Amino acid sequence: MRMGRAAAILWGVAGVLAVVMLWEGYKALAPADGIVVGDVTVLPRTTDIAMPHVWDMVTRLFEPVTRAAGADILWWAVLQAAAFSLGIAAVGWVIGVVSGMGLALLMQRWITAESAVLPWVVLSQTVPLIAIAPLVRRWGSSIHIGSFEWQNWMSVAVIASYLAFFPVAVSALRGLKSPPAADIDLFRSYAAGWWTTLLRLRLPSSVPYLLPALRLAAANAVVGTVVAEVSIGLGGGIGRMIIEFAATASGDPAKTWAPIFGAVLIGLVSAGFVALIGVGLRRYRRGEVPA
Amino acid sequence: MALISRHGRGAAALTGTAIAALALAGCTASAEDTTDDATGSSEAPAELTPVSVQLQWLTQAQFACYYAAADQGYYEEEGLEVEIIPGAVDIVPIDVLTSGGADFAVSWVPKVLGAIEQGAAVTNIAQIFERSGTTQVAFKDSGITSAADFAGKSIGSWGYGNEWELIAGMQANGVTLDDLAGGSTVQQAFDMNAFIAGDIDAAQAMTYNEYAQVLETVNPDTGELYTADDLIVIDWNDEGTAMLQDAIWADAERLASDEDYAATATSFVKGTIKGCVYAKDEPQAAADIVTAAGSTLGTSHQLWMTNEVNKLIFPSTSGVGHINEDQWDSTVAMALDTVNPEGATIITTEPPETAYSNEYVDAALEELKAEGVDVMGEGFEPIEVTLNEGGE
Repeated sequence: MRMGRAAAILWGVAGVLAVVMLWEGYKALAPADGIVVGDVTVLPRTTDIAMPHVWDMVTRLFEPVTRAAGADILWWAVLQAAAFSLGIAAVGWVIGVVSGMGLALLMQRWITAESAVLPWVVLSQTVPLIAIAPLVRRWGSSIHIGSFEWQNWMSVAVIASYLAFFPVAVSALRGLKSPPAADIDLFRSYAAGWWTTLLRLRLPSSVPYLLPALRLAAANAVVGTVVAEVSIGLGGGIGRMIIEFAATASGDPAKTWAPIFGAVLIGLVSAGFVALIGVGLRRYRRGEVPA
Repeated sequence: MALISRHGRGAAALTGTAIAALALAGCTASAEDTTDDATGSSEAPAELTPVSVQLQWLTQAQFACYYAAADQGYYEEEGLEVEIIPGAVDIVPIDVLTSGGADFAVSWVPKVLGAIEQGAAVTNIAQIFERSGTTQVAFKDSGITSAADFAGKSIGSWGYGNEWELIAGMQANGVTLDDLAGGSTVQQAFDMNAFIAGDIDAAQAMTYNEYAQVLETVNPDTGELYTADDLIVIDWNDEGTAMLQDAIWADAERLASDEDYAATATSFVKGTIKGCVYAKDEPQAAADIVTAAGSTLGTSHQLWMTNEVNKLIFPSTSGVGHINEDQWDSTVAMALDTVNPEGATIITTEPPETAYSNEYVDAALEELKAEGVDVMGEGFEPIEVTLNEGGE
């Protein structure tokens, strides 16, 4: 086990190194104008503006965001933004997982619900994010319940959950329906009710379907959060940082890559969280299936 | 596959903890930063009227008037507590205004003329920018010297209503969209990389932003920053196809029916103009205020933007914010006449009379003049700003 972990870390480091070498190798070898077939550039330019050196990007992380007095060091600013976006993505993920599970249970319990709801679940994913994002913000801003006021970050979380619930709903439904007829019949012969069957049979056997879906949901929640931040302009997160730093894409190209590292970090952390959940549920993980 | 575990509870508890941790991370991280958009005083006395204004883009010195007014307490003096809401990619200020998401909105006139024809009941209550900041820039070696040379070239534009001056300028020079390389304008990103790489021959550039972005970039041929000498700037003010840009828009129906709102409109315009005058007199301080309000633009870039925006406002022909009839009429005339890529004009009929009103801004100017505020800026001299690499 320990050997395995050391090997895993080594492979991880090797993977990062390989990406760095691929980046620098392509930058060193390919022509400055990129690889052009006919009039179409098929591989990117290799200028310092298009592809800054890896070490320039890393060095830039340790310089202040701007020269303004009191400006944060870039990596710290990125880390704060990443934590902010991760927090929203996590809320979106929780909402998405809960509503996805709820829908799956509903569809499993009543076959009519499945025929009625499933097409809408699928259809929901064909609505482009840029269409719903301003709407969610507008609807949200008119919500005032007592002292509760809808905040912009909640709109972003709702949009993230909108992308996250889909894989959960579809995979959980498959998982809940996965026990073989013989097992269901056995439960029935013991006069076990729907709840008992659900808790003792259907939920445990849905775990192998659910875990990949949770991973997908986590990735979707992160993407949804970043895109929604750009779309509705929520400040403080990675998405807005990407747009803000775009102004220096030519003059300070290394800076524009910093929030992208932040986005990668969010992805890694959220994948790690889901892996933790997988550890918690390892008893039920038999023959995991792709979502 | 069927599996029943007696140890399921422990596993579920662990999973539950992980989920709770995620949810908690969400709450704490978000709660801290939600005040990002709010500016102005947090300890304002209770009698201040809360007012919100929707900007058309992120926090930057383009909106120095509003941020300076909030920071210097000019809004508070007028009895207002102003929340400045930055824009974003998919936020249309006029939609936010008409749906009640903000009390006022900042937007360009031609974009709003289209919205008015679609049924938006809004009124231009102050034309903050008298001049247009939109240009088309090309490198000197591109052979482009005027809009007449655009034929056969790739011409960049941001679209979404930012292209009208460009198209009007081309039309005036006898160039149609079909004449351009690719038969249309090229969609431009938020940066100038495509222009510097040569994919775009003439790129859309605001004097206060993208033009400076080019000047902050190292020319690989010389190892020095690009200079103004490397560039040709086609200024729509000089070409005669400039249209009115940043204006303050109010809800026309509320202006007519709600006296308090109408009074607030005058106060808001008054405070804003005072903010503009502050930015004119103290460009460095105004730039710092905008940076402190959450902009991450480099310090020299921010100062450049403040200075260029001052040039769009000052010297003022008839007082900052007053809508000059000739400029309004020529913007409307071009909006009736300029044909977009789909073959349609911005508007097909004259806008209604409620589309603009000098009532509020004139009242504000009167009060400001009485207070001795220089709303004309006759002796205005822009400062010299040196741009550093990356805008730092």
